[in-house]
Amino acid sequence: MKEDLLRIEHVSKSYGENRILKDISLTIHRGEVVVVIGPSGCGKSTLLRCVNGLEPIQQGKITLRGELIDGKSRKITAIRQRVGMVFQNYELFPHMTVLENIVLAPVKVQKKGRREAVEEAEKLLARVGLCGKEESYPRELSGGQKQRVAIVRALIMEPEILLFDEVTAALDPEMVREVLDVLLQLAEQGRTMVIVTHEMAFARAVADRVIFIDQGNIVEQGTPEEFFGNPKSERAKKFLRTFEFEPVSGKTAGAGSAVQSVPGI
Amino acid sequence: MPDLGIEVLFAGRNMARMLGGLWVALRISLVSAALGIPSGILLGVVMRMKNPVTKILTRLYLEVVRILPQLVLLFLVFFGTTRMFGWNLEAETAAIIVFTFWGTAEMGDLVRGALAGIPAHQYESGAALGLTMPQIYRFIVIPQTLRRLIPLSINLVTRMIKTTSLVMMIGVVEVLKVTQQIIEANRVAHPQAAFGLYGAVFVFYFLACWPISLLAGYLEKKWS
Ligand SMILES: Nc1ncnc2c1ncn2[C@@H]1O[C@H](COP(=O)(O)OP(=O)(O)O)[C@@H](O)[C@H]1O
Ligand SMILES: [Mg+2]
Repeated sequence: MKEDLLRIEHVSKSYGENRILKDISLTIHRGEVVVVIGPSGCGKSTLLRCVNGLEPIQQGKITLRGELIDGKSRKITAIRQRVGMVFQNYELFPHMTVLENIVLAPVKVQKKGRREAVEEAEKLLARVGLCGKEESYPRELSGGQKQRVAIVRALIMEPEILLFDEVTAALDPEMVREVLDVLLQLAEQGRTMVIVTHEMAFARAVADRVIFIDQGNIVEQGTPEEFFGNPKSERAKKFLRTFEFEPVSGKTAGAGSAVQSVPGI
Repeated sequence: MPDLGIEVLFAGRNMARMLGGLWVALRISLVSAALGIPSGILLGVVMRMKNPVTKILTRLYLEVVRILPQLVLLFLVFFGTTRMFGWNLEAETAAIIVFTFWGTAEMGDLVRGALAGIPAHQYESGAALGLTMPQIYRFIVIPQTLRRLIPLSINLVTRMIKTTSLVMMIGVVEVLKVTQQIIEANRVAHPQAAFGLYGAVFVFYFLACWPISLLAGYLEKKWS
């Protein structure tokens, strides 16, 4: 039995009157890759933000190896060093070079030596294919490159768990792959990760467990084979159908007749 | 060919007196900027507070400064205070008070805008790395705010320099006033000197403000 790393227990979260997360419970084991999917606005980002204390919760508790995660506590900065987060829009610091972006936290937060941090940064940059970009500014990089820098910036803190919030959603299609490859590489290293994504083929390949959220509830969870092969809930089936396309009917009959068959034209 | 006043400009101590007048104008704007920029930074931080009282007061201050013509403010401070409180302010002091009052408001609004322009996500990605709030301000928010602010505050200084031409209305003998005196003194011998002398004032102002504008443009490009 694997060690429980992160425990989310009966968590509810509201914005004003709006209940966004409704009694969510979820335990993540060390080394597990959990993919969270669900329709837009169902609360996926909110869940991740609660996990590193960026949003306060109204009920329940979240613990990292037994330690309570509470955004208002003074210990939150210590916890956040152990929880890496990568955002949809990279959120690099525009006034700093790639290298400065990466070594800021290890040097200022973890009090590592600058030399050591720089060496580590270079090693990690090389691993994601960004050798030689140390002195570039974020504005000089493509979206895919920026996102890989953001991943390195999180990795260098040696977090126990990594949270990815739709990290490819803002990317052009040809750049999605280079970022997903980095995530696959991290999964192979046995890292604990929670990944929110709309890339279904990737989810299937990378996940140990798939969590399907709808309207603030965990509606269904299971292995990728179970979930994608044989979804049990109606809502999951409906959601998965939105990723499929039927061939356009009447296509073979020729463009002219297809237009004629549309009423009103 | 008509005498355009070149001769008058170079006669005696005229040029030196005009440059002395320019220095008075520059001194007023530089002292006001030196006082107004730091207090404007404080004001900008206060304007960002969610407290409704500070919000209303700072808003009111800004609106008053924006709505009142600077000349009215100058008259109010220079003549008004003498009547009301019996203060006998030097004209230059009154000018510095008004320009500082104005500069603080303008700078405060620039700082407020620059701070508001830093996206919430910049704070969050700093927090997610384990930075404390003071560290987020020190390493992320303030450096980005300053980069936006430096060109804007330099432009504010050039605007102040230009606006100092109003202070002659309360009797400060700055470049424009000196020039009028010289024109007056040469009215009979050189009736056409006004064109050349005001032209010289134009060149003086240009030479004072242009390098500052260039610097602002350069910094803006460098940090955009
Ligand atoms: N700061 C906020 N204030 C109010 N409502 C919010 C805020 N952030 C998100 N929400 C609402 O919470 C719901 C869930 O948002 P989110 O977690 O971003 O969804 P997802 O990431 O699954 O698309 C949405 O309905 C959104 O409108
Ligand atoms: Mg989201």
